Amino acid sequence: MNFDPRFTGRKFSSVGTRPLRPDGIDKVTGRARYGADFNMAGQLVGRVLRSPHAHAVIKSIDTSKAEKLAGVKAVITAKDLPDLTDGDAAMYDILDNSMARTKALYDGHAVAAVAAIDARIARQALKLIEVDYEVLPHVTDVDEAMNHHAPLINDAIFTEGLEEKPVKASNVTKRTQFGHGDVHKGFAQADFIVERSFKTEQTHQGYIEPHACVASVNPDGTADLWVCTQGHFVYRQHCAQLLGLEASKLRVTSSEIGGGFGGKTHVWAEPVALALSRKAGRPVKLVMTRDEVFRASGPTSATSIDVKIGATKDGTITAAEATLRYSCGPYPGSWAEIGAMTAFACYNLENVKTVGFEVLVNRPKTAAYRAPSAPMAAFAVESAVDELAHELGMNAVDFRIKNAAQEGTRASYGPVYGPIGIGPTLEAVKNHPHMKAPLKANQGRGMACGFWFNFGGQTCVDLNIGMDGSVSLAVGTVDVGGSRASLSLVAAEELGIDYSQLKAIVADTSSLGYNDMTDGSRGTFSSSMATISAARNAIKILRDRAAQMWDIPVDDVVWEKGHAIAKGEKYGNLSALSLKDIAAKSGTTGGPIAGHSELVADGAGVSFATHICDIEVDPETGATRVIRYTVVQDAGKAVHPTYVEGQYQGGAAQGIGWALNEEYIYGKDGRLQNAGFLDYRIPVCSDLPMIDTQILEIPNPNHPYGVRGVGETSIVPPLAAIANAVSNAVGVRMTHIPMSPPRILAALDAEREG
Amino acid sequence: MVEVTLWGSLSAVAGGKARHDIEAKDIRELFRKLAEQYPGIEPWIDRGIAVAIDGTIYRDTWSKELPPGAEIFLLPRLAGG
Repeated sequence: MNFDPRFTGRKFSSVGTRPLRPDGIDKVTGRARYGADFNMAGQLVGRVLRSPHAHAVIKSIDTSKAEKLAGVKAVITAKDLPDLTDGDAAMYDILDNSMARTKALYDGHAVAAVAAIDARIARQALKLIEVDYEVLPHVTDVDEAMNHHAPLINDAIFTEGLEEKPVKASNVTKRTQFGHGDVHKGFAQADFIVERSFKTEQTHQGYIEPHACVASVNPDGTADLWVCTQGHFVYRQHCAQLLGLEASKLRVTSSEIGGGFGGKTHVWAEPVALALSRKAGRPVKLVMTRDEVFRASGPTSATSIDVKIGATKDGTITAAEATLRYSCGPYPGSWAEIGAMTAFACYNLENVKTVGFEVLVNRPKTAAYRAPSAPMAAFAVESAVDELAHELGMNAVDFRIKNAAQEGTRASYGPVYGPIGIGPTLEAVKNHPHMKAPLKANQGRGMACGFWFNFGGQTCVDLNIGMDGSVSLAVGTVDVGGSRASLSLVAAEELGIDYSQLKAIVADTSSLGYNDMTDGSRGTFSSSMATISAARNAIKILRDRAAQMWDIPVDDVVWEKGHAIAKGEKYGNLSALSLKDIAAKSGTTGGPIAGHSELVADGAGVSFATHICDIEVDPETGATRVIRYTVVQDAGKAVHPTYVEGQYQGGAAQGIGWALNEEYIYGKDGRLQNAGFLDYRIPVCSDLPMIDTQILEIPNPNHPYGVRGVGETSIVPPLAAIANAVSNAVGVRMTHIPMSPPRILAALDAEREG
Repeated sequence: MVEVTLWGSLSAVAGGKARHDIEAKDIRELFRKLAEQYPGIEPWIDRGIAVAIDGTIYRDTWSKELPPGAEIFLLPRLAGG
């Protein structure tokens, strides 16, 4: 990578301003095209038949009656998606999850699919497919699944990471461990120890737009896929591998996205739509219903976590330990591992140990959900930290400040931190007016910290300058949170032109080099680095063209504020040439002017946030209401502060729903009982106060502008901040998320009964 | 020569040792030498290992040099949302 990513501390003209969003008018007028808004001539409707059983052997599938139904153009089962994964276990799991091969592993698992001329016929056809199941015992609870008497979900899985190689198959796929020092010694030094167990229920990302795509496979082996995704290049790789297509012949175009939050980072129905199209010889549109999104896409883990923290009387934490059990659905994952890494990341600890267990259950395949795994770990740890502060008689903020990690601290997950923002967010919270505002009866205040890594990845950007001096920017990271605006600001900054001269688009997979998906808060971090690099490459060409126009050496031309300037007294009679002047002559100075960049953006800066929440609890009904909420978070550099604030508010809003209401509820039959927004209640505007935000900017030394990444950290503290607020309001420590009214009442009743 | 620290689970497939002295100029050579010494590490490398060099995490830049005396810490490659 011929690009220096180091932070330079430059002054900004465009970056940090708040121009209008480029996609705003399309979105408020309904003109923006989402996944289900694409259509093709001759398009068929795809529908999926799903298992009603949580765990069952598929003995046989008879599709003959469905195939004979007039209007049905294709029926597929796993036989139409042969295993081409060549020993790639993770891809095999994605294939099996897309269409069950030998066993249905959860309520909602796809077992067959049809393509028909309309939705009515497609639904009729599904009813004509006969599946002979042998129903097996199931397990949906993470703790029960670890019991050695629990039904075994995959008898080929033996726990990884144990000192002795196991001889029996298990639902526990992996044990991981992090930490340093000696926790036994640390606890022996403690004057106070808090030890508690916590549970969090499974939640869904709750994106408003369901999974949707249109697939078109041509007889010559080429194919097109229009899809709502967080990563169209990754979808291309997955689908090409699963369908046996050449990646370069599968063009994937991403639509606008009505939310993803990690749930649209790998394929679900897309290989099915492509297989249907291949068999039918016509395009197929496949849109999940909300019921299907809940039952058969990728919610986050349910968890069970034990935490133990000890401290001396002066408030110094001497040891911290956590055991984290995370559900993965029926396929192996690394969700507890991430929880184990993030759990104590906010603190400076001499003795710390975390152990994670990945657990198979008969629920949908777990997917990433915004800072995946970190919110549950933070809930358990920050609840225990709060309780320990109370036992010590210390202010909860001061206790955290005393023990906060700082530059040079060894992180609980291993490395030593560079410059970080946990201390400044805590100081900002301590001094925030919110912390001093009075509370009324039945109200409580809580605060909590959160951490997320952020990361970069493979990135590619094209910057093209038109002959009229306007600039188009083609990026490959899907815009999930305002990256088209922020990247336009970055390009404007580098080129020295106005934001209005730029238009950014998300290019399809045939128009640009490979890009990793938009996850890990990498969109603006990575693509801004590539945009800076592309703009600087374009400036080299602009300088060269100006030199040609003046007939002087290029080394005598500099680029300042959007103009080529001939430096030196001998050029005193040469007026500066604007980008527009140079672009107008490009046809005779060498042709089109463009800047390209392909790089791996590494060195993303870790991110911290601290939240404050006031909550009111009705002690008779257990109903809760969030009265006030404040987010303080380090952005590194806020490129477009309005979008950054939106990310902070969005994370808090999702966290509020997760903390208070949202949960997957399974019946004893292993079927999901609440697969709809009426029974799975996400917060709506009337449930929420205005969420206040405060942006801190502690520059990331590994980005030219100091950018870190802001999309995920904001969902890490809310579960804990709200739990601490509820606990303070009712005087009972809440240990089970969501803190729904029945659960709060049960906790109050248990307290009264002693 | 650089001193490399492996996270708990990875050390289990590297002779049970967390710290290793390796003669490697960059991440690529580090991975190659670890895999030569401990073949059990290879599947972990294929699945993805991140390398923290003085606290900065690198996931894909295998040409990144390992400065003498730097703190090198291996971590699992993470998923994000």
